[in-house]
Amino acid sequence: MMSHTGFVLASYGAAIIVLAALIGWIFIDQRSQRQALQELESRGVRRRSETKMDNAS
Amino acid sequence: MSDAVSKTGRWIDLANPTRFLSLAGGILPWLGGLTVLVLAIGFWMSMNAPDDYQQGSTVKIMFIHVPFAWLSMMCYTIMSVAALGTLVWRHPLADVSAKAAAPIGAVFTALALITGSLWGKPMWGTWWVWDARLISVFVLFLMYLGIIALTRAMDDPAKSAKATAILTLVGFINIPIIKFSVDWWNTLHQPASVLRMGGSTLDPSYLKPLLVMAIGFTLLFFTLHMMAMRNEIWRRRVTAMRRVAARSADRGTVS
Repeated sequence: MMSHTGFVLASYGAAIIVLAALIGWIFIDQRSQRQALQELESRGVRRRSETKMDNAS
Repeated sequence: MSDAVSKTGRWIDLANPTRFLSLAGGILPWLGGLTVLVLAIGFWMSMNAPDDYQQGSTVKIMFIHVPFAWLSMMCYTIMSVAALGTLVWRHPLADVSAKAAAPIGAVFTALALITGSLWGKPMWGTWWVWDARLISVFVLFLMYLGIIALTRAMDDPAKSAKATAILTLVGFINIPIIKFSVDWWNTLHQPASVLRMGGSTLDPSYLKPLLVMAIGFTLLFFTLHMMAMRNEIWRRRVTAMRRVAARSADRGTVS
């Protein structure tokens, strides 16, 4: 009855690995979107809504 | 511009993706910190919970299995509300919310199935049985995969939004089936012991760590969902800006 420690460790281990992969993927996605935005902004590209606002002001 | 925004109600302000981005930027560090704190306390309480007289140490699997299962259904419910937001109110963030939630929901559903299997082997003597609860959760997992595929099948998110919303709402029928499967059919999976008529049957020494872990994973879900929504808004901006750049390059007026 007490020899089930392996199943408990496997459950917690699987949870940690899978959640770490999910969190890592979200952080990598965040970095690539931020870099793409910065790169476009540094080239002077604006969204249409922003250019409209600029013209209005 | 700022006048126009401040005149509208707070709830409406959230519909503006720019407002959402600044709100998320302010909330996320606190939400993330709180998540880590609550999960750390919950983990410590789980490790210090006594072994069950029948289940031994495997009762500790409950502290992660049950929150994952709850969240797999909560995430789908949120996506269904978002689907209504897309179809009825055309809320600009509704589709972003549904698309960002789908992979997170799929991960929590997969973890509920994995930890359930690792609990089933020592307690039931089998990794898997085709009973109503397990099948309905497996169907939920497949639906998440279908929704993920559909949200990414088309280049233009405006095109996939409506189809995804309809598919999500049709699939919502599965959520009450999952919840009540253990009452309607004779399943190997036990019936509800926490959220049931007549109160919880769990001993407080198990109920307390379970609730703290459930709150911790719920906070984790909302942190990740908000981050994924922010990523999705940025991704759509990048796409829009690349289109503007391509158009101005076509005209030969490189700005």
